[in-house]
Amino acid sequence: MTTLTVSRKRYLPILATLVMLVGAFGFGSARYDGFADSQVVLNLLIDNAFLLVVAAGMTFVILSGGIDLSVGSVVALSTLVSAKLLGHGWPAPVVILVVLVIGASLGLGMGAVIHFFELQPFVVTLAGMFLARGLCYTISVESISITNPFFTYVAQTPISLPGGTHVSIGVVIALVVVAVGVYVLHYTRFGRTVYAVGGSEQSAMLMGLPVGRTKIQIYAVSGFCSALGGLLLAFYTLSGNPLHAIGMELDAIAAVVIGGTVLTGGSGYLLGTVLGVTVLGVIQTLITFDGTLSSWWTRIVIGALLFLFIVLQRLVTRRTR
Amino acid sequence: MPAEILRMTGIRKEFAGVVALDDVDFRLFPGEVHALMGENGAGKSTLIKVLTGVHGVDAGTVLFAGEPVSFAGPAAAQRGGVSTVYQEVNLCPNLSVAENILLGREPRRFGRIHWSALRRRAVELLARLEVSLDVSAPLGQQSIAVQQLVAIARALDVDARVLVLDEPTSSLDPGEVERLLGVMRSLRAQGMAILFVSHFIDQVLAIADRMTVLRNGKLVGEYTDITARELVAKMIGKDLPVLEGLRGEVRHGEGTLMQASDLGRKGSVAPFSLEISRGSVLGLAGLLGSGRTELARLLFGADHADSGEVRIDDTPVALRSPRVAVSKGIAFCSENRKTEGLIQDLTVRENIILAMQAARGWTRPLSRRRQDEIVARSIELLDIRPADPEARAGDLSGGNQQKVLLARWLITEPKLLILDEPTRGIDVGAKAEIQRLVAELTADGMAVVFISAELEEVLRVSDKVAVLRDRHVVAQLANDSLTPDDIMATIADGGER
Repeated sequence: MTTLTVSRKRYLPILATLVMLVGAFGFGSARYDGFADSQVVLNLLIDNAFLLVVAAGMTFVILSGGIDLSVGSVVALSTLVSAKLLGHGWPAPVVILVVLVIGASLGLGMGAVIHFFELQPFVVTLAGMFLARGLCYTISVESISITNPFFTYVAQTPISLPGGTHVSIGVVIALVVVAVGVYVLHYTRFGRTVYAVGGSEQSAMLMGLPVGRTKIQIYAVSGFCSALGGLLLAFYTLSGNPLHAIGMELDAIAAVVIGGTVLTGGSGYLLGTVLGVTVLGVIQTLITFDGTLSSWWTRIVIGALLFLFIVLQRLVTRRTR
Repeated sequence: MPAEILRMTGIRKEFAGVVALDDVDFRLFPGEVHALMGENGAGKSTLIKVLTGVHGVDAGTVLFAGEPVSFAGPAAAQRGGVSTVYQEVNLCPNLSVAENILLGREPRRFGRIHWSALRRRAVELLARLEVSLDVSAPLGQQSIAVQQLVAIARALDVDARVLVLDEPTSSLDPGEVERLLGVMRSLRAQGMAILFVSHFIDQVLAIADRMTVLRNGKLVGEYTDITARELVAKMIGKDLPVLEGLRGEVRHGEGTLMQASDLGRKGSVAPFSLEISRGSVLGLAGLLGSGRTELARLLFGADHADSGEVRIDDTPVALRSPRVAVSKGIAFCSENRKTEGLIQDLTVRENIILAMQAARGWTRPLSRRRQDEIVARSIELLDIRPADPEARAGDLSGGNQQKVLLARWLITEPKLLILDEPTRGIDVGAKAEIQRLVAELTADGMAVVFISAELEEVLRVSDKVAVLRDRHVVAQLANDSLTPDDIMATIADGGER
C-alpha cells in the first residue's frame, strides 16, 4: 500500500505534464477547427524533432545534476559545418560523420574540463556556448543554403502513415534517439550511474562507481545529441546559419523540467522530456492557430508553465521527504 | 587459530606536519570481531582510511592475506576484498534499495541489466541479514537503520573478506543495535573478519573478540579480556572521570520559560503540552522515529505547528520561522551536524561567529578583534582541539565539530538551548564534557532541551523527562531515581501505568 503511493508520487510530475498536455490539446480542439487533425499532431513532431533530440541529451545531463548551456551553439555550428562542407562538395555521409564527431568531441572536452578541474558545469558549458557560437561566425556570417541531393532527399521525403498522414525522416531519427536513450538510462550500468551521480555524487564515488568517466560521457552524449539535432535542423531548414538555435539551450532545459526531471538531478524520465517537448509544441500550435497573438506569447506561456512545474516539484519532494 | 587476514605494521601518517598515526600496528583474523577503540582524534578514522586506500602511508606496511597491498582507493579496496560501511550512509536515496545494493555490479543478460535477477539477488542478500522489505522502493523512504543494513548488504555482495564497520550503530535505537550485532555474529560465524569501530563501550564489550586501543595517534595496546572501566582508562589515558553523580537533586527550575499547549503538527507530532523551566534540563526520550526531533523542530519554528500555541514568559509567540525563534532567545543544535549545522568549508572561527552575526544583522559586522576574542574564549571553554580558529571545520573530529556547533549557539547567550543528539558519534571523554557543560549552563539559568537515543545519558543530565512513543508524548516524569528500565517500560506501555 505504501509502496503504491510512493511510486505514484514519483510519477506525479509526469502525470501533471500529461494532464496539462491533454488539457491544452482539448482546449485547442474545442476552440479551433482542424486542431485535432492527426496531421496537425504529427506536424508538431516534425517541427520539433531537432529539439527533441537535443532535449534527450540534456535529460542525461540534468539527471546527473549538471547543466549544458552549449547545446544551442553546437546545434548552430553543426548546421554551418554541414552547409559549408557540403558546399565544398564533400559527400553527405562524411559530412554527417564529421559533424557528429565534432559535437561529441566538444561535449567530451567540456566534460573532461568539468571533471578534472572540478569546475561547475554551468560556467564550463557557458564558455563552450560562446566558443561554439563564435566558431559559427568564423565559418560564415550569413546563411548558407544546402543543395546536396541527400540532404534535400531527407528533408523532403515524407514517410506515409495510415490515414493519409505523414512524418519526416527527422521524426523517425528523433524517436530512435529517444528509444535508445530510454534503453541506455534504464538497462545499462552507464544509465544507472547517471542516476546515482545525480542522487549523490559523493556516495556514488564511495560506492566505487566510475563517477568521473560517467560525467565525461554524459557531456559527450549531450554534445552528440546537439550535433545530431543540428543535422536534423539542417535537414529541416536546408540551411546553415550562425543565427540558428539562439536560446535553444533554454528551450531544451524547459522541456526537460516541464517533463518532470528535477533540476538538481537524480529523478526524472526521458519519456517525460518527450512530453515536455510536446507541451512546448502544443503551445506553439495553439498560438499559431489563434493567429491574433504575437509569437512571444509562446515564451510567456512557457515561463508560466516553468514556474508551475518547479513549484509542483518542490511540493512533491517536500511531501515525500 | 587461522592465519591473519590483515596485518598493518608500523603505520605512520602525517597531515601537514601533524602526526595522525605514529608507529601503529593492527592485525585482524578471519572469523573475529576486532574493535578499534579510542577517543575522537585518536586516529581510528585515519587508520581505516589508510587501510581502504583513501590516504597513502608515510611509513609502514599493510599485508592483506600475506601479500603487501596498497589500495588506490575505496573502490580498489572493495574489489580487493576490504569493504567499508561508514557512519554516514553513503548510498543514493533516489535509487531503489535493490539498485543501491548492486549498483556497479548488476546482474546482466545480453548486455542489459537483468532487473528481475537484480531484485532477486537483493532480496537474497538482505535475507542473509534477516531483513525483508520491498526492494523496489526508493532507499530514501527507509529509516536510517534500514539504510545502514542496506549498506552492509552492499558491502557483503563483493567477495568481502574484511568488513570495516565505522560507527555503524550511532544512529540506531537499542532494538536495531541488537539486530545489527546479531548480523555481525552470524557473519563472524561465516568466517568474516570484522573491524568494528564504535563509541559504545557496552556494544564493543558485548561483541568484540579483541580490541586495539589508540590514543593520540599511538598504539596503546591490544586486549582480549578487559573491563569497561579499564578500557576507558586506556582510551583517555587516565582513570574514568566520575560520570555518575553529575547532578544532585531534581531542580524544578526558576519559573517557566516556555509553555507549549496542545502544540502539534499533522504527520509529525501529535498535540502535546510541555513546560520548560529556566535553569533546568528537559530530556526527550523515545525510540528513533518516535518524534523527538520533530518535537524539537516545532519548538524552534523549523516546522510550523498546525495546532496549539507557544508562550514564552507568558506571552503568546508565533514561531513562524527559526529566525523568530532565534530572536526570542531559542537556539537549536541539529542532530545532523554534517548537513544541517556545520559548514565544512568554513573555518572554526567563521562557523562559531555565524549565528551571532546573523542575530546582529549583516549591516553590523563584528570586528575581527572581537571575533578573535569570542572564538578564543569558546575554544578554551569547550576545549576544542586543535585550538586553531583558522582550521577548516570539516577537518575536525566529530566531537570537536559538535563543540564548534555548540559554541556557535552559546555565544548568542540563548535562554533556551535545544540539543538534538549532541553526543552522537563522539567518544566517552567528549561526551562527559558535553554533559558536564549542560549541567553548568543550566546552573547559570539557561533552559535546555536534551535529546538523545541513549537513555542513560538522558537520565544523567535531565531534571524532567518527556517520553515519546509513536509521535505522542506519552509521559512526563520527574527524574528522581528514574532508571532506563522505567523509561523502557513507559515506552512499552505507552504511558498507561
